[in-house]
Amino acid sequence: MLSISRRSLGLLFAVAVAFLPALVYAGEWQLNMTEGVTSVSQSVFRLHMVILIICVVIGIVVFGVMFYSMYAHRKSRGAKAANFHESTTLEIIWTVIPFVILIAMAFPATSTLKKIYDTDNADLDILITGYQWKWKYEYLGEDVSFFSNLSEKSRQQIYSKAPKSADYLLDVDEPVLIPVGKKVRFLVTAADVIHSWWVPDIAVKRDAIPGYVNESWTLVEEPGTFVGQCAELCGKDHGFMPIVLKAVPQAEFDAWLAEKRAAATAIAEAAKQQLSFEELYAKGEEVYISRCAACHQDNGQGIPGVFPAIAGSAVATGDLASHLSVILNGVNGTAMQAFAEQLNPVESAAVTTFQRNAFGNNTGDIIQPIDIVNFQQDQ
Amino acid sequence: MAHGPAKGFTRWLYTTNHKDIGSMYLWFSFAMFFLGGFFALVIRAELFQPGLQIVEPNFFNQMTTMHGLVMVFGAVMPAFVGLANWMVPMMIGAPDMALPRMNNWSFWILPFAFAMLASTLFMEGGAPNFGWTFYAPLSTTYAPASVTFFIFAVHIMGASSIMGAINIIATILNMRAPGMTLMKMPLFVWTWLITAYLLIAVMPVLAGVVTMMLMDIHFGTSFFDAAGGGDPVLFQHVFWFFGHPEVYIMILPAFGVVSAIIPTFARKPLFGYSSMVYATASIAFLSFIVWAHHMFTVGMPLFGELVFMYATMLIAIPTGVKVFNWVTTMFKGSMTFETPMLFSIAFVILFTIGGFSGLMLAIAPADFQYHDTYFVVAHFHYVLVPGAIFSITAAVYYWLPKWSGNMYDETMGKAHFWLAFIGLNVTFFPMHFSGLAGMPRRIPDYNPLWADWNMISSVGAFLFGAAQLLFLFIVIRTIIGGKKATAEVWEGSHGLEWTVPSPAPYHTFSTPPEVK
Ligand code: HEC
Ligand code: HEM
Ligand SMILES: [Cu+2]
Ligand SMILES: [Cu+2]
Repeated sequence: MLSISRRSLGLLFAVAVAFLPALVYAGEWQLNMTEGVTSVSQSVFRLHMVILIICVVIGIVVFGVMFYSMYAHRKSRGAKAANFHESTTLEIIWTVIPFVILIAMAFPATSTLKKIYDTDNADLDILITGYQWKWKYEYLGEDVSFFSNLSEKSRQQIYSKAPKSADYLLDVDEPVLIPVGKKVRFLVTAADVIHSWWVPDIAVKRDAIPGYVNESWTLVEEPGTFVGQCAELCGKDHGFMPIVLKAVPQAEFDAWLAEKRAAATAIAEAAKQQLSFEELYAKGEEVYISRCAACHQDNGQGIPGVFPAIAGSAVATGDLASHLSVILNGVNGTAMQAFAEQLNPVESAAVTTFQRNAFGNNTGDIIQPIDIVNFQQDQ
Repeated sequence: MAHGPAKGFTRWLYTTNHKDIGSMYLWFSFAMFFLGGFFALVIRAELFQPGLQIVEPNFFNQMTTMHGLVMVFGAVMPAFVGLANWMVPMMIGAPDMALPRMNNWSFWILPFAFAMLASTLFMEGGAPNFGWTFYAPLSTTYAPASVTFFIFAVHIMGASSIMGAINIIATILNMRAPGMTLMKMPLFVWTWLITAYLLIAVMPVLAGVVTMMLMDIHFGTSFFDAAGGGDPVLFQHVFWFFGHPEVYIMILPAFGVVSAIIPTFARKPLFGYSSMVYATASIAFLSFIVWAHHMFTVGMPLFGELVFMYATMLIAIPTGVKVFNWVTTMFKGSMTFETPMLFSIAFVILFTIGGFSGLMLAIAPADFQYHDTYFVVAHFHYVLVPGAIFSITAAVYYWLPKWSGNMYDETMGKAHFWLAFIGLNVTFFPMHFSGLAGMPRRIPDYNPLWADWNMISSVGAFLFGAAQLLFLFIVIRTIIGGKKATAEVWEGSHGLEWTVPSPAPYHTFSTPPEVK
């Protein structure tokens, strides 16, 4: 018996040693919750540390008593069993003490929660909509809105053997900007399934639920870039819909808004131009890979039973109007979303041209941006 | 004795004997444990390093979903029903379960349910891929076609559980030997009695929610479809009204098991028997009023958040009482550390660690950072694996000599314990860190920031898996042969099950024993 228990201790020691290098590296390896950059995230962090320490202390006491009796009260050391098996006093003590600790814990938790829920008096409102698998940001009253997708750089790295970059899967094509020193309210909703908008550094996690508009807020004092991810399983590419939030000085923020508005005007202008088949096809392939291939796949074959193939599709080789309708209006109640608001007319024309000519769908059709504009006006 | 078992396969098909049915439940659960474990290893293999190497994201989601469903409904729940079948009649001095034919039926529908669930892996569009919590509308409007089979399988599992629960309640309330008053029943019987009431209360709710899904998918209703005036959050309320008691269904019988084992090897009566009974009952009651702690981020009003936060914190108290009682039972005992005791001690320590992270999750503002990260995965595996699985393992080592008449090999048992113990901690402890560092759960690929922890977790998972193969080997070897066990089996054992010979005869307590 004794020899076995020595062996057990030896094993325990071996485990501890195995973990030691991990602890030495702890500086590089992030072990703990981020403190974040807002007063909310910092009070959340404090709550986390307090409750963690309470648990550790209780753990040391309880496990201490346990290990002591495992050592001292073992039969191999000649321990004789006592026979006590009841004590109302003890039961009351170990009911009351935890109760008191919990009440002490409830106060700071309640006040932090109240702070999180205080969304009044915001300086800026951003409507965030979750889509499979991207975020849409609308600056209410500013006439600016855009979609934010996983960056092309990360997408390229998914299957590659090369080492991943430091921001792998945590970078986007269009970050969302907020001005520093301003209270920003986030209104969070979803267009298809449930998502959850989470940025750890500002301790904001709000579920994006179809039919609901949830509220949250933040106030970031110093400029910085903060990353996050969708935190609610939302289908196939749930792991691939990151968030990049940039806090910038007010002036830079205003300039950025103006730039966005100018870009929108330029797009409307561009819709008037005529493009060659080659231009449309090349552009369309780009759009297809970044916006459609997640479901319809790079080779146009789709995923049987889940996402239909584009190759040989009756829609993509048939009547143009119904093909445009699927792309621009989506198919209600399916993962095929309305792309009219995600793609500009040039992109829509290009991807439609691409789909009607790629993967062996050689229809020879050319769709110009103006066709898209006309189609939408006729609806 | 009346008569022995029938010969051949029909013995198992037609049996109404609680021991046969108990064995079938246990073997079935063992098989599901390996199936669910295989799915887990696919997950861990993909997560070994960043990038996609082995499976596609859609298949990855099918693996997490099937892993969760198979482990919860296939491995843990049937194992406890198997233990109840074997032990409840023997512990209360009853000749068999109260409703033996229903007992046969409630077992035999299970293999069909799981065959149907597993078959979805081979269907076009693949298996369910929406997580074991199957939140709508991902599981309705956006689900693969196989969801209908999933719904039907859940219905069958639910029916099986409800029948099992009715049987256990009927047996405990009606078939106790003379003198076996309620407050003399072993805690395993008590915890199962309370668990059975939980099952009857919540399995119909699960059946209700999947039926509403079925209606949404096939009959044009929109319970959960916002576009039709339905409410996706309603789904979560109904699901967790089932789901939270469900986690206690998986842990209360485990409390009963370790409350039987610790006193045996401490050679000292269980400390605070009656407070254990009351604590179990309070946990069961509280489990009905805390469900929305799984939904702190859905945007409930402040008042709702506070109520559910306070109620959840309260659960820590009866749970703490249990842990204190076990520790005090060991205190001033005369302890030996055979395999069942090792698993039970690991249960107390690791379950308590899971309880601590549970308390942390109860703090709603902090949960905004923990929710849906690997911290939660670490939490529930600390309560489920060393909780449910270790207690079931301990129970098997503890009672296997009674069931088979042979002693298992102690050295091998200890080797199994240490491999499992180390494997488990290496797998799941690092998940606390990756979770706190911000890694969401249910993702097939991740940022290199979390790479080191994930690699360690994956190594641990394969170690844990290997340990379970050793377990299978030990069990089979013990059943085939080994040192003969005495009737008492353990020096410190107490209770009616130890008064019958080992192996326990096919029929026990045909004339009720007298309990003083
Ligand atoms: C989130 C997944 C997803 C994305 C991204 C997606 N689709 Fe689809 N798409 C679907 C689904 C699902 C259907 C089937 C809809 C139905 O049931 O009719 C579909 C159908 C189609 C069809 C009709 C095919 C047929 O034969 O029925 C076309 C054309 C199409 N999509 C084009 C596109 C284009 C162009 C893009 C990119 C701009 C795109 N899709 C992006 C999911 C997606
Ligand atoms: C062999 C040991 C086990 C390993 C290595 C393991 C591993 C994992 C991993 C890595 C996940 C997370 C998947 C993800 O979020 O991406 C997971 C999820 C889960 N596991 Fe386990 N697990 C094991 C045993 C168990 C047991 C015994 C149970 C239950 C009794 C269980 C229940 C669950 C549940 C319910 C989920 C959640 C599934 C979901 O997200 O829908 N696991 N497991
Ligand atoms: Cu998501
Ligand atoms: Cu719960």
